[in-house]
Amino acid sequence: MVTLVLPRLISFEGTGRRAASVTERNIACLRSTYWIVLLSGFLEPVLYLFSIGVGVGGLIGDLALGDGRLVGYAEFVAPAMLAASAMTGALSETTFNFFGKMKFMRLYEGILATPVRPIEIALGELAWAMARGVLYSAAFLAIMVAMDLTSPARALAMLPAAILIGFAFGALGMTISTLIRSWQEFDLIANGQFALFLFSGTFAPATAYPQWLRWVVEVTPLYRSVDLTRALSLGPVGWVQALDVLYLVVLFAVGLSIAGRRMTGMLCK
Amino acid sequence: MDALIHARGLVKRFDDFTAVDGIDIDVRRGEAFGFLGPNGAGKSSTMRMIGCVSPPTGGVLRILGLDPRRDGPAIRAKLGVCPQLDNLDIELTVRENLTTYARFFGIARRVARQRAAELLEFVQLTERADSKVEPLSGGMKRRLTIARALVNEPEMVLLDEPTTGLDPQARHLVWERLFRLKQQGVTLVLTTHYMDEAEQLCDRLVVMDGGKIVAAGSPRALIERYSTREVVELRFATGSQQAYAEKLAGLGERLEVLPDRILLYVADGDEAVAEVQRRSLDPAGVLVRRSSLEDVFLHLTGRTLVD
Repeated sequence: MVTLVLPRLISFEGTGRRAASVTERNIACLRSTYWIVLLSGFLEPVLYLFSIGVGVGGLIGDLALGDGRLVGYAEFVAPAMLAASAMTGALSETTFNFFGKMKFMRLYEGILATPVRPIEIALGELAWAMARGVLYSAAFLAIMVAMDLTSPARALAMLPAAILIGFAFGALGMTISTLIRSWQEFDLIANGQFALFLFSGTFAPATAYPQWLRWVVEVTPLYRSVDLTRALSLGPVGWVQALDVLYLVVLFAVGLSIAGRRMTGMLCK
Repeated sequence: MDALIHARGLVKRFDDFTAVDGIDIDVRRGEAFGFLGPNGAGKSSTMRMIGCVSPPTGGVLRILGLDPRRDGPAIRAKLGVCPQLDNLDIELTVRENLTTYARFFGIARRVARQRAAELLEFVQLTERADSKVEPLSGGMKRRLTIARALVNEPEMVLLDEPTTGLDPQARHLVWERLFRLKQQGVTLVLTTHYMDEAEQLCDRLVVMDGGKIVAAGSPRALIERYSTREVVELRFATGSQQAYAEKLAGLGERLEVLPDRILLYVADGDEAVAEVQRRSLDPAGVLVRRSSLEDVFLHLTGRTLVD
């Protein structure tokens, strides 16, 4: 639903309108078999939540938070899965799909012959990636509430956080796509993504790592995202979370401007 | 505004390679203007600059009276572009390719649907409207690309080698549609390395070679200026061309020796053939034809257009 409403919401003239027309193109594709891709993106975090959060969690029992409170392992893992699924949704759209459109489908070449500019393609694709992320996130949050892993109010607060995470990772994915040369290099991206998924305080608190590794982990984007969603889900929310938001906003802005500039260089030679 | 395209000393350089080397062009409203030249002459680079997707390296370029460096989106809103290689959206149907493209121009959905229906009719693809793009033939894809270029009712349509790679029948269908557009008053700018295409479609053209314009004018004027009225093509046994060429000396205004034949440029073809026979040369094949742009190109560059 969100994907259908969204383009209209930002349907003002100029850049927004043109970027929305790019998003709209993706919606037109949706009518074919694209929904299968959407479904798989949704299933992944749900499977992790059940297998690790609930399954492994049963063996682990309760976990002590930084402030000494005890929470169930599934409660601990769930907000991290939310952040991770926002990341996955955004990245799969802006790396694999975006790269294919740019390099092999020659799709953007056709679009650039119209008034639409490279940065507007990037924005439109990003809006699409985000719309997709919102869909995953909303569904996942509903499951969290149903399983009593968080409260409905907290779930509502987590939705915009998930959107921001989607935007930030989408912009990052686009930048990567403009730097990458071949499909083979995507294996590296997948590895990197998986490493982020495993180590960003998702399954264990970063305090479990040695000090040096902790520092590395804490500056990665998924860690900042998990920190944000977990604080929103379990509390307390403080200045650190404001920093998380700032981090993600900067990542988005820098990523988008680099991607737009590199697209211009590549497609408008 | 008298010129839709106005270029002076236009240059396009890629690193140390100069693709377009200082060309002057003026294209007027309603005319069909052609760039004729072999591959690598700089035609496509010029077209991309005109289409405002490639910034000029140097010189003056005004499109529809505007500056492509500054007003790219505003200019592109009024252009239709049919690229050399089809870049249709393979994830969409034939009809959606038109309606989605219309949205990039900000055309309302209802108008887009209506225009798509009209254009599909125009390029004779109505029956394939709900088909995907992939199974279409080369000619159909090209027609769809042309329809897509018309979706914003452009003031000027840019066609980069519109019939390259099509079989003769498909080519004629494309020509016929383009001719109809021209009759409707649409300004056409096209590149080609087919002389017959240039002769059929263009009111005026420039001959390009090595990034430069080597001649300009109407097809007829170019032929009159750079060639003779008729051409005699003589074929001799392989390897003996040069020897025969010497024996043909003095016949006609000019003589070109190609790998597979000798061309005699003459005012009267039949008379020249009679003279060839008087000299008791016995060619394996004789053809008398009217001069074409191919001859103009050969004269100007010493090379044939299509190898």
